[in-house]
Amino acid sequence: MVNSEASEVKIKAREVTVHYGEARALHGIDLDLNANEVTALIGPSGCGKSTFLRCINRMNDVIEGCRVGGAVSIDDQNIYSDEIDVVELRARVGMVFQKPNPFPKSIYDNVAYGPRIHGMAPSRAQLDAVVEASLKRAGLWEEVKDRLDAPGTGLSGGQQQRLCIARAIAVNPAIVLMDEPCSALDPIATAVIEELIEELRRDYTIVIVTHSMQQAARISQRTAYFHLGNLVEHGPTQAIFTKPENQQTEAYISGKIG
Amino acid sequence: MNENHIVSSFDEDLAELNQLVARLGGLAEQQLAAAIDALENRDASSIDKIIAGDAELDQLEQDLNDRAIEVIAMRAPMATDLRSILSAVKIATVLERVGDYSKNIAKRSLVIINEETNRAETISLARIANIVQGMLRQALDAYATANADLAMEVWERDEEVDELYTSLHSDLLRVIASGHEQASVSSHFLFIAKNIERIGDHTTAVAEQVYFQVHGEMPAEERPKADASSQTGESD
Repeated sequence: MVNSEASEVKIKAREVTVHYGEARALHGIDLDLNANEVTALIGPSGCGKSTFLRCINRMNDVIEGCRVGGAVSIDDQNIYSDEIDVVELRARVGMVFQKPNPFPKSIYDNVAYGPRIHGMAPSRAQLDAVVEASLKRAGLWEEVKDRLDAPGTGLSGGQQQRLCIARAIAVNPAIVLMDEPCSALDPIATAVIEELIEELRRDYTIVIVTHSMQQAARISQRTAYFHLGNLVEHGPTQAIFTKPENQQTEAYISGKIG
Repeated sequence: MNENHIVSSFDEDLAELNQLVARLGGLAEQQLAAAIDALENRDASSIDKIIAGDAELDQLEQDLNDRAIEVIAMRAPMATDLRSILSAVKIATVLERVGDYSKNIAKRSLVIINEETNRAETISLARIANIVQGMLRQALDAYATANADLAMEVWERDEEVDELYTSLHSDLLRVIASGHEQASVSSHFLFIAKNIERIGDHTTAVAEQVYFQVHGEMPAEERPKADASSQTGESD
């Protein structure tokens, strides 16, 4: 359910354009994303939803030939201004990818990595506490507390993805971006992650790209439909999936040729 | 929306649900027409067939429910698709009720026919029934063509039914109160009239579902109500 009282805008995108070389991938996106809500970005492959997601933590900067125009602000601060420290930005805006990608390190070190490089936990005891708290928040602690030194890559796919979520939240971000986080997981592991996302939104603003309409319907409060680099429709999730205003949205969510 | 689903068997599933509603609608129309004909023509020969025929409507409604549950589980429909499935289920429930009322009309008609009486109320009843039958046909046409405007016409015609029913209702009450020797026949007329009036109401529910299916919301204005016989002085 959309909590209208708590809809404070966390992320504001204005006329965001993205070019990959000569090709324009986003045609001027205006979108407000609310704090402590899950916003699902949906649309066919190549519609620009992942490109838009990567604008929120400047991941597009690392792609050669990629140019971002317009403005994205978080808490009213333009993240594309010169004063922004991109490393610090990516701690504030964590990201979880399609395929679980734990470092080839121990479970402990995977989670401790971020707090270490950002100097957030000077003592071992503080680091232990951050690792434990993050693994607990990611719903993984009970399953791994007796083998924190085991390699993260030895966990099951669903556990690896929760480890990556623990790693992302260990640096205390405000926003967590997720790019199809369940597409490589079985239905049970998917349900565990979805339950976790619902928990996490109390503390974080979550933006998730998903190809599963059912997943978007289950976990998000708002849904944005992208098509050919444009934002076609954005609104409360229950409205998008029961009575979309745009014919293109309707065709897409109903599995029709748009 | 005329576009087809990429998974074409989904379109076949939805078409099958529409066809089941059409069959149910056709049967409900037949049952009602047969019951009214029997009463109007004082012909008891078809009564047993009408009563037995109700089972087929019940079975079709059950079949439609089963198919709808399968389609929802297998296809996870969204938006218009979801609404059209929900509408099909709700309309099927209404049509099954129309069948029940028709069966009841047939049973009561048998008593009236056996009394070998020639009562003027038959003409008034047939007149109301005629309008209601027209409404039912139009509502089913509106469903088949997803025509919300046509559906709303049905909705508005129910006012006339209510007025005629109210008038017949008070006539019959007067006859019963006067100590007319055929009070039990009068009460059967009264119930038949009520059944027909209820079918009119149910028909407006079909019309509302068509509107909902097309527009995604129920009609905004309240339906005109002229059935004074049910007014108790309290707002309902």
